[in-house]
Amino acid sequence: MRFHPSEEQLAIQDAVRGTLADVWPKERLEKFVDGEADFDPDSWQALMALGLGGLLLPEDQGGAGLGLLDAAMVAEVAGQAAAPGPIGAQMLAALIVSKSDNQEAKAHLDALTSGEAVATFAFGGAWLPESWDATPESGSVRFVQSAGAANLFVLGTKGGGIALVEAGEGVTIEPVKSSDRSRRLSTVSFSGARAYTLFEAGDPFVARIFDAALVLVAADALGGAQYCVDLSVAYAKEREQFGQPIGRFQALKHQLAQMALEVEPARALVWYAGYAHDADLPDAARAAAMAKAHLADRFVSVARAAVAAHGGIGYTWEYGLNNWFRRSLFDRAYLGSPAVHRARAADLAGW
Amino acid sequence: MDLSYGAEAEAFRTEVRDFLRATWQPGALRGADLKAYITDFRGKATDAGYLYRAIPKAFGGSEQPADVVRAQVIREEFGRARAPMEITGNGMNMLVPTLLEKGTPEQKELFIRKTMSGEYMWGQGYSEPGTGSDLASVRTKGELVGDEWVINGQKIWTSQGDRATHMFALIRTEPQASKHGGISYLLIDLNQPGVTRRPIRQMTGDAGFYEFFFDNAKTPASWLIGERGDGWNVSRTTLKHERAAIGSATGLGTQFDKLVELAREVTRNGKPAIQDPEVRQALTRIEGYVMAHRYSSYRLFSLAAAGEDGGLVQSMMKLLLTETGHEMALAAQELIGDDALVEPASAGTRGRGPEKWLDQVMGSLGNSIAGGTTNIQRNIIAERGLGLPRDLAMGAEK
Repeated sequence: MRFHPSEEQLAIQDAVRGTLADVWPKERLEKFVDGEADFDPDSWQALMALGLGGLLLPEDQGGAGLGLLDAAMVAEVAGQAAAPGPIGAQMLAALIVSKSDNQEAKAHLDALTSGEAVATFAFGGAWLPESWDATPESGSVRFVQSAGAANLFVLGTKGGGIALVEAGEGVTIEPVKSSDRSRRLSTVSFSGARAYTLFEAGDPFVARIFDAALVLVAADALGGAQYCVDLSVAYAKEREQFGQPIGRFQALKHQLAQMALEVEPARALVWYAGYAHDADLPDAARAAAMAKAHLADRFVSVARAAVAAHGGIGYTWEYGLNNWFRRSLFDRAYLGSPAVHRARAADLAGW
Repeated sequence: MDLSYGAEAEAFRTEVRDFLRATWQPGALRGADLKAYITDFRGKATDAGYLYRAIPKAFGGSEQPADVVRAQVIREEFGRARAPMEITGNGMNMLVPTLLEKGTPEQKELFIRKTMSGEYMWGQGYSEPGTGSDLASVRTKGELVGDEWVINGQKIWTSQGDRATHMFALIRTEPQASKHGGISYLLIDLNQPGVTRRPIRQMTGDAGFYEFFFDNAKTPASWLIGERGDGWNVSRTTLKHERAAIGSATGLGTQFDKLVELAREVTRNGKPAIQDPEVRQALTRIEGYVMAHRYSSYRLFSLAAAGEDGGLVQSMMKLLLTETGHEMALAAQELIGDDALVEPASAGTRGRGPEKWLDQVMGSLGNSIAGGTTNIQRNIIAERGLGLPRDLAMGAEK
């Protein structure tokens, strides 16, 4: 029985955290959000050099053979650092291609594993697989992250299948002015694009991949929410008013305790969702939906509370807290709102 | 991560199950016969090493090395067989650990066995009418006259005060000393002329607590635990042995299941309420917290099994329980609708309708107060968990 991170898992988190501290300091994030690019090659290469592209790939196929729980721990650190790039999609892409029977698509596996080829999700419709409505031949998908830099699109196809689509001919990209500037989105249109069918509509593996993606968003939200708590607590210890640190005042102290209370217990929910997926437990899909809904709400709530706890400085552009607030908007909406996943969870419980 | 307990624990489970099958057969026994059977069973279960694991053999315990996984397996299997575990209550939970750590051999001999057998039942004498969250401000006086302490004052919020035979109490014995340094930890026999007890009727209408008045009550000088003036520190002794337990110990999950049941039973717009989209949203929103609580208890259990500290999340469990209980109370109130206008019959009586949820609705308010108020919990999380500077007004605490 073990339900706390292993030394190895903590080491992976430390490696990702250390790399991001080097390649994605506050100044880089500031520059990125003030620019127009939807991708940052330097931080991407540094993260991929850690082997994230092959994290979920079995060892006999050149991967690290780790599970969704490990990937979620990576996504958590990425969320904490407001990292750019479709890291979650990249980690899942190699797994998706390796699990498919389409042998031709496997030609892309090495480049996905190394991170040389950037993969991103293109899930259209109303996010849920049954609502996907595009095909490589025709259709468009709103809200695709880092589309301009992507070499490969993991396209959710009509009725709930998955195709791997190559960038280039037959693929048109129209940037969306995105509220989360650390993860810029585009509308991507497909018309006769070069593609590989990976899973047919209705294949149960598609639902499983979608659930995995939900867990990674939940983990990103956990990391982002943790950042908001940490920043607010540090500020309360340092900022003085009335001749003392504001963190001594009970009103603020209680606000901060309440923020931490939103986040810390929810960590174990993300772990459970990852574990349940890896162990293929009967409640894995439901746990993923619950984790996505709960963590997205906690992130929004804590990001708002963080601005309030800071006072004026928290409301400025310069201070940068707004980048995490904006990420909370993304994590809440992306792949379906908390209400959507709670409705699913109620269905899955058989209520 | 791995939620299975492992081969060693499963072998132990089989052993416990076999023991229970052979030893716990109460059949149709009732009344005094059942009581005697249970006493005998507890003795056998203790001999087998399943009960009173933290208590030395010299005092009637089974003196087992701390092992949270085994303790959990025992809880699960005894629960499954509906077999009685240790006698619980303030005496076993609070006094005995304190005696084991701070008591003299004579005190241990005098009190531990009788507490385990249920002969001595203990009330907690901490709070006073003027002493709530600021516990170290207790004013009940103890004066050493000859070889006896003479006690005057009042204690309040003593649970099981109707049955208590004895009390462990924080008494001010050193009026000249500092606030925290003037308190001693004394044991008091409650069945004596100088002690009066009175029930406190609470908002539910029941009386779960008592207050005690001391008017020249007496207790032997040797019933002082620890040194004079060290009572504050003595009272902080807690049972660390196998304290971690998984999930259901808190009842939050069970209560949530009942709430879902309620939503199936009551109707909304002519259909079971559980089919209403709003109700489904409300329930799953609460369930997010219930799951966070459950899996955090797994996390704490796992840390305890590895001999590691629970850290920040440990300090949050009570507040999370309280707040989620409040959310459930509000949801239940919404579901029962006009039945909230009906006063529920006493718990355990037949024919209680949805209005029985008013017990939980009101009881959830008690949870915000008992065992450290919600605001005190927030202070603890902020100061000990997040490292925020201590409140100046409370700075005197050591």
